[in-house]
This record gives sequence, C-alpha cells and structure tokens, in this order.
Amino acid sequence: MKRKPSSSRATCNGGLTGRQLNLSFTGYLDASTLPYLWGEVRRHLSHKGIESIVVDGSRIDYCDGAGTGLLVYIRQTARRLNAAVEFQELDSGTAGLLAQYPADKLDVRSEKKGQPTNLVWEVGKVFCETLNGLKEHIAFLGELAVGLIRAMLHPGSLRMKDFLLVAENSGAKALPIIAMLGFLVGLILAFQGAVLMKQFAAEIYIADFVGKAVVRELGPLITAIIVAGRTGSAFAAEIGTMKVNEEIDAFTTMGLDPVRFLVIPRVSAATLMTPLLAVLTNLSGMVGGALVMVGLGFPVITYVNRVLAAVTLSDYLGGLFKALVFGLLVSCAGCLCGLRTGEGASAVGSSATRAVVSSIIMIVIADGIFAVLFYFLGI
Amino acid sequence: MNGNETIIKVENMTARYGDRLVLDSLSFGVNRGEIFVILGGSGCGKSTMLKHMIGLYKPASGDIKIGDVSIVNANGAERDALIRRFGVMYQSGALFGSMNLLENVCLPLEEFTDLKREARELIARMKLSLVGLAEYAHHMPSEISGGMKKRAAIARAMALDPEILFLDEPSAGLDPVTADELDELIIRLSRTLNITFVIVTHELPSIYKIADRVIMLDARTKKIIAEGKPGELREIHEDEWVRNFFNRKGGGE
Ligand SMILES: Nc1ncnc2c1ncn2[C@@H]1O[C@H](COP(=O)(O)OP(=O)(O)O)[C@@H](O)[C@H]1O
Ligand SMILES: [Mg+2]
Repeated sequence: MKRKPSSSRATCNGGLTGRQLNLSFTGYLDASTLPYLWGEVRRHLSHKGIESIVVDGSRIDYCDGAGTGLLVYIRQTARRLNAAVEFQELDSGTAGLLAQYPADKLDVRSEKKGQPTNLVWEVGKVFCETLNGLKEHIAFLGELAVGLIRAMLHPGSLRMKDFLLVAENSGAKALPIIAMLGFLVGLILAFQGAVLMKQFAAEIYIADFVGKAVVRELGPLITAIIVAGRTGSAFAAEIGTMKVNEEIDAFTTMGLDPVRFLVIPRVSAATLMTPLLAVLTNLSGMVGGALVMVGLGFPVITYVNRVLAAVTLSDYLGGLFKALVFGLLVSCAGCLCGLRTGEGASAVGSSATRAVVSSIIMIVIADGIFAVLFYFLGI
Repeated sequence: MNGNETIIKVENMTARYGDRLVLDSLSFGVNRGEIFVILGGSGCGKSTMLKHMIGLYKPASGDIKIGDVSIVNANGAERDALIRRFGVMYQSGALFGSMNLLENVCLPLEEFTDLKREARELIARMKLSLVGLAEYAHHMPSEISGGMKKRAAIARAMALDPEILFLDEPSAGLDPVTADELDELIIRLSRTLNITFVIVTHELPSIYKIADRVIMLDARTKKIIAEGKPGELREIHEDEWVRNFFNRKGGGE
C-alpha cells in the first residue's frame, strides 16, 4: 500500500471477484483523506467489465459531506457503467446523507451528451447564429432608418436634451484626445516620409504625402476608432445597464419606443460629431507634418502651399463623408449591442467589448469598400 | 369594488423560453378592484407570468385578455390603447437613471397628454406625494433608498391614472417596516382609487394583509397549485404542502 501522510487515516481496499468489484473503506472519509481515496477508487473502477459493485462500509469510522461525495461518485460511475451498486453496512447517518442526493438529479453527463460536438455541427451553429444576428441587424437598421427619417422630418420629436448631452460627451469632450492623436499621426507620418524621401532629395513631397494620407485615409480612420472606443462602448454600456435594470421594458410597457428615446438621439448626435472631429484630426495632423518640415528647414508657407495644391476639395469632402459613415456604423453598433445585452451585470461589460470589436471590424470593412468606390468614381 | 367583473382573463396560457417550458397552460381571471397576488417559490415563473400579462412577451399558446381585448393579438393602435390602461412597477424599480423623480413621473404625461409643463409637474408632484415622496422630486434615482425607488416607480406607473397596476415583488429586499409601509400604500391606493392590483410576491405577512385572492405557481408541474383566499388556503386546501406554506411550517417535498 502507498505510504502517504493522508492515507494513514483511511484506506481503501478493492478486488475483483468475477465481475463483481468489492470495495471496502476503513477510517476517516473526509476532505483530508479524500484525494488519496479518490485516486484509489478511480483505479479500481477502471477495471474492465464490472457488472456490480459492493461497497463495504462496516469499518468506516467517520464520513462527512466530502466523504459522501466519494460514495456518490461511486454510485454515479456505476450508473454510467450500467453496473448494480450496493452499499453494505453504512451507518444510518451516512446512508441518510447519501439518500439526500438522488442519482438522477446529479447526472450532468447525460444532459450534455445529447449534443454532438463535431466540426460540422460547430460551423453550422456559428453560421446559423451569425445569420440570425444579421437578420436582427437588418431589422434594427430598418427601424433605425424609419426613426432617423422621422426625426429629420419632425425635428421637434427629437429629444433635444439627450441629443445635446451626447453631442457634448462624444464630440466636445473628445477634442483634446483627437487633437493630440491627429498631431502625433501627422508627425510620425512626416517623419517616416522624411527618412524615405531624403534618399531621393525629395523632402518637399512629404507635404503632399502627409496631406493626402491624413485627409483621405488616416484622419477619418483615427477619428472613427476613437469614437468607437469612447462613444460606441459608452452607448453599449449605458443602454445595456438600462436593459439589465428593466428600464427598457419600462419604456416598452409605457408605450414609449426605446429606439426613439435612446437610440435616435445617440446615433444622430454621434454621427454628426464624427466628421466634425475628423476636421480637427486633419488639421492637427497637418500641424504635426509642418513641424517635421520646419525641422528639415522648409518655411511654413512652402509647406502650406504644397498641401493646398496636393489636397483637393473632393479629397477633403470624401474624407469627411467617410467619417460620417463611420460615425453612423459605430453608434449603431454601440446601441444595438446595448439593446441585445443579456441578463446580469457581466453582460454589460461583454456588450461594451462586443460594441468596440464589431465597430472596428465594420470601420475597416467600410473603409475597404470606400477605397474601391472612390477609385472607380475617380475621387 | 363593484361586483365580480373580470378585468384580466388568462386562458390556457403556455410560456416558454426557447425549448424550456416555464408555465404550462394556465387559466385564471382577475376581478376589477381586487388585489390579486401571484405567489410561488423563486424561479417558478412569477415574473414570466407578469411579463406575459403586460404584453412584453408573447405566450407560446393561449390568450390573455385585458377587458375584452387580447393583448397577444392586439395590433399597433389597439396595443397602445391597452398599454395606457395599466402601469407596471418592475422588480428593480426601473426608474430612468438620467432623470430625477419628477421627470420620471412627468415622462408619460409629456408623451401622452397635451398638458402644459406647469400642469404636468403639478400632477407629477401629486403622484409623488401620494407615495410620500413629495420632498424628493428633484432627487436622482441613485440618491434614494430601495424602498423609495419602488414607491417612486409606483408613482410613475400611476402617472396616467391606470385601471390596473402590476407590481413585481414590491417588498422584496426591503426591511419589514418599509415593506409594511408599502403594503399600507397599496391598500390605500386600492381603496381610494379603486385600482386593480396584480402583485407578485412571496412575503407571507404581506399576502395576509393585502391579498383578496392568490394563485400559487408550482415550479415542478408548471401549473397553478392553489387558488383562492389566503385564509381559506391555510385552513382547508387539500394539498398539505400548500397548507404548510400558508402556515409557515416550511414545506418540503
Ligand atoms: N429571459 C429569459 N431567458 C431564459 N430563461 C429565463 C428568462 N427569464 C427567466 N428565465 C427562466 O424562467 C424561470 C422563471 O423565471 P422568473 O419568471 O424570473 O421566476 P420568478 O418566479 O423568480 O420571478 C427561471 O427558471 C429562469 O431561469
Ligand atoms: Mg421574479
């Protein structure tokens, strides 16, 4: 027998006679002896072809809740092996404890086994869920479109207080961070450009490069990502918390449309703010570029002239239009994730995460579509 | 209280979440003006029952009528009219966190009446004083206690003078004194305004105090296990478990 400190207080002997497994325990069955006993029992139960199990409890000195766990384990395993099980000479206390745990209520395995988990099944499941999600998304967009159009036709129905509050939070309060990031992006871009262009003594083209890249691409993108992180997640968390607190239900049973009350002010404010923020990103990006150019010895006016010559009005407006669409996507995703929040407090957190992740994915996809579209439109 | 006019009729209603059966073919009626209590252990489907009665969820089968109109099949306009006839207090109060109490109570008035601001605020203040919260009109929901939130939620539910009030666990999580005050409030509102109450609860003292009639849901059979006046259920119900519950002997299986 193994010599372990815990085994000194309890032993488990087992042997196979024919197809019957005899187990007998001695000593204390509690949490301190259990790790050892459990291993022993497991080993005995792993014999092939067991048809019945007899447990001799006559020499058990003490058995508590944890010890009972072991007996239940034997019983459940027997059930799984389709073997009969008999507990002999358990004292009445232990037998009583054991009877507290009816076999059929503990069979976790049998519940889960019903579902096959192979690759095809998994893929199909994910596909169906995505499809259902898509359907919901489209329905939501339709509802939202109706709401937005109604808000445009009757601006009076828009909840102005909420609208302004969201505009302040997602617009005005984001200005410092937007200015800083825009500046840094312009600076980095110009600096990278400088290293490259120096080889060709073509540093002056840094202005063209920074101007085009920021105004067409990076300005709207950076802005949208900031909006996704600051505003999209906030929408999801706010609306998600309201869902968990049954406030959304309260709206519905008061006959008020949660989309009109919560979603429309948020989506319209955030959508309008994003291009405005992009204006600042563009501007501060240019300033960042200018700094590098001045460092290389060009006068500011030369830089400004180059940028003005390189960046056309359609570049600029195209960029802002992109920002507008990104803003719409981000705020819709935020609100939708909020409304689809499940039960419980942790659901709010995961909604916020989901909002940011799906926003960024959608921003990138939309950006790709814009690239193709602008190419064919010659913008 | 006038006669026994049935104001809510639940007919063979079955409720499911996905594949999971929660309520199995229930039928009962609520009379106008009474305080009707839905009773049962935690997780037996009381809130589910309530949410079906107020039309938030559609039953898997069966029908629910308020007056003579089915809330299950009501179209847009009918539904709006139905919703106007009742108020709901949710388990957590569900006050709108971005508005103070006055604005919370004003909101339905603002949306569904043409009253001027002054009139709206006066009415909202009246409702708040009815539940004893007149001085708290300008507090935010986060600044008041749990019992006050529930009372404020009742005030909001009453904003449009509904015929029926649905309350989900009004006294859960409150100390006995506050719970008692809430019971007094319910009785007072029922007597003075003749509002029909449908209340979900499992607080025995409160049931004896307020309930005109109760139904008891059972988590195992998913059916109504007992129906009647609380006093009668205690004395003469055939099921011992039910009698024990009402005698607070603690039931077992
Ligand atoms: N939204 C939901 N989705 C799935 N199951 C739910 C949902 N809400 C409640 N349930 C389940 O339905 C049963 C009844 O819940 P509920 O009506 O909230 O019970 P209670 O009587 O405590 O109010 C519970 O077992 C619960 O887990
Ligand atoms: Mg409940």
